[in-house]
Amino acid sequence: MRDLTLPSSPTFWRSPVRGTRFTSLLGLALLVGIPVVFATGLLSYAAYNPDLSPVNDQTPDKGLLGGYLFPWPTDPHWLYRLTQGVHVTLGITLVPVLLAKLWSVIPRLFAVPPARTLARALERLSLLALVGGGLFVFATGILNIQLDYLFPGSFYRLHFYGAWVFVAALALHVALRLPAALRAVRRRGGPPEGGADSGASDPGASDAGASDALRPAAPTTSRRGALWFVGAGSLLLLGTTAGRSFDGPLRATALLAPHGWAEPGDGPGGFQINKTAASVGVTPEETAAEVWRLALVGPAGTVRLSRSDLAALPQHTAALPIACVEGWSTSDQRWRGVRLRDLAGLAGHEEGSVPDVLVTSLQRSGAFRRAALRANQVADPRSLLALEVNGAPLTPDHGFPARVIVPAAPGVLNTKWVARMEFRQLSARDGGDR
Amino acid sequence: MTGRRSLRAATGSPVVLVLLGCSFALTGYAGVRLLEGDWFMILLWVVGAAFLHDLVLLPLYSALDRAATRACAALGWREAVVHVRVPAALSGLLLLLWFPLISGRVAERYAEVTGLSGSGFAQRWLLITAALFALSGAALLVRLRRAAKQRPPTDH
Repeated sequence: MRDLTLPSSPTFWRSPVRGTRFTSLLGLALLVGIPVVFATGLLSYAAYNPDLSPVNDQTPDKGLLGGYLFPWPTDPHWLYRLTQGVHVTLGITLVPVLLAKLWSVIPRLFAVPPARTLARALERLSLLALVGGGLFVFATGILNIQLDYLFPGSFYRLHFYGAWVFVAALALHVALRLPAALRAVRRRGGPPEGGADSGASDPGASDAGASDALRPAAPTTSRRGALWFVGAGSLLLLGTTAGRSFDGPLRATALLAPHGWAEPGDGPGGFQINKTAASVGVTPEETAAEVWRLALVGPAGTVRLSRSDLAALPQHTAALPIACVEGWSTSDQRWRGVRLRDLAGLAGHEEGSVPDVLVTSLQRSGAFRRAALRANQVADPRSLLALEVNGAPLTPDHGFPARVIVPAAPGVLNTKWVARMEFRQLSARDGGDR
Repeated sequence: MTGRRSLRAATGSPVVLVLLGCSFALTGYAGVRLLEGDWFMILLWVVGAAFLHDLVLLPLYSALDRAATRACAALGWREAVVHVRVPAALSGLLLLLWFPLISGRVAERYAEVTGLSGSGFAQRWLLITAALFALSGAALLVRLRRAAKQRPPTDH
């Protein structure tokens, strides 16, 4: 005989794995992981120094959502490599937990009546923002790191505001459900709950109900086995992703993640590239020695320097990584070039009063063709306009003739193929920057 | 008094209503900024993500799992479905996450932008899938042998 029950019937859902304790454990795992992903995401926005200049800000209408911003430090030099690596890698690792959590509560989607009280009806509306918003934020992130720009608009806007919508719904969900989840987890080893939570004390909870199947099918696995299964999924993703934050043999362990598996070449310039020269329209003609000049703009007017002029200035070395918003990074590379603060001096700024800088690249396209660095970044002795990396001149793909490299800054602010540097105090309302 | 009680029964807890208000205020504040631009498509993506998951992806993998369970039951060992479910789900998870790279739909852009090879993802995914099934098969063999050893030797 075929079952004729509907999804709205409690007997339709037959997996014996579903249960309040199972859902609660997954929920608590997400409650540990998602705040870390959210916080590191907010840090990434701060790392762009969006309140320094409009060129750094993809979400200028952020309002109070940017109320926490602070000048991004340059110490420790691996700061962004760590925070953004955690943001992306942990986000990927949480996908199986998120999917399992959604699977475990699916019967509630079809509960009838949908709500008995106004509060419950509104809570269910909020669940749409929770599930839709959550999946949206994860999907945009996962698509973006694979360079698949399917989503309807700018990644920065969709991911940033989408995250706030998700978190608004998540905070409510946690406030309403955490007590019951903690009770369920403390009830270790006890018999499966058949609705003790739906007591009269909390009328809202009776709609939520316990998710244990009323007519369970014969088990093929235990709840413990199912949790191990989810954990194995997370471990598999972690193990095949984390390597993209390291050079050498570790990168080869990132079997399917973008910027994993292999380096783009060997030799001094054989480390990861965010955008090749060809992809942004930088040609050898415009970087040739007789053509390329760096324009330094400051109180002294405009100074034009050739690459050999730059090479004649005092050269300094700094070991710094490239760390991308996409979550991949390189190990420390040995950069050599001119200190940014020395260039500020050449542009006419006195020592001890280092200003901000607006850097323009030769590249034709890309959101960060122009990027702003704050005074603390310019002043750091490890911040360089690099001419060499790992003992050889920069390759075209790493920014030949000269590129910026700043400790702890996101990759896109380390402008390649630099054409112009304006040393002055910048401001978020700086109309002249456009 | 009864009037107030029936009102409460209709609205639910006032504390919950206040929390809902706070949450919706933040949702609205971020939401209008999220929807700036192509609001219809963005809304479609958010709502569509929930619907696609709840009404397509989840029923699809549930149906596949049920079919595999039935097939194993028909072969007389229902619990063995775990040895199909685990490698298949892990492989499917990798495909779901890295579909743009595995399918090759971004291969050209990926190669141009990063200087890395855009091909090879599908092969590596197939190899991982093969390894997962091989491991699971090995575990099944171990289980079979253990079961055979524990059986009383009346067959001989």
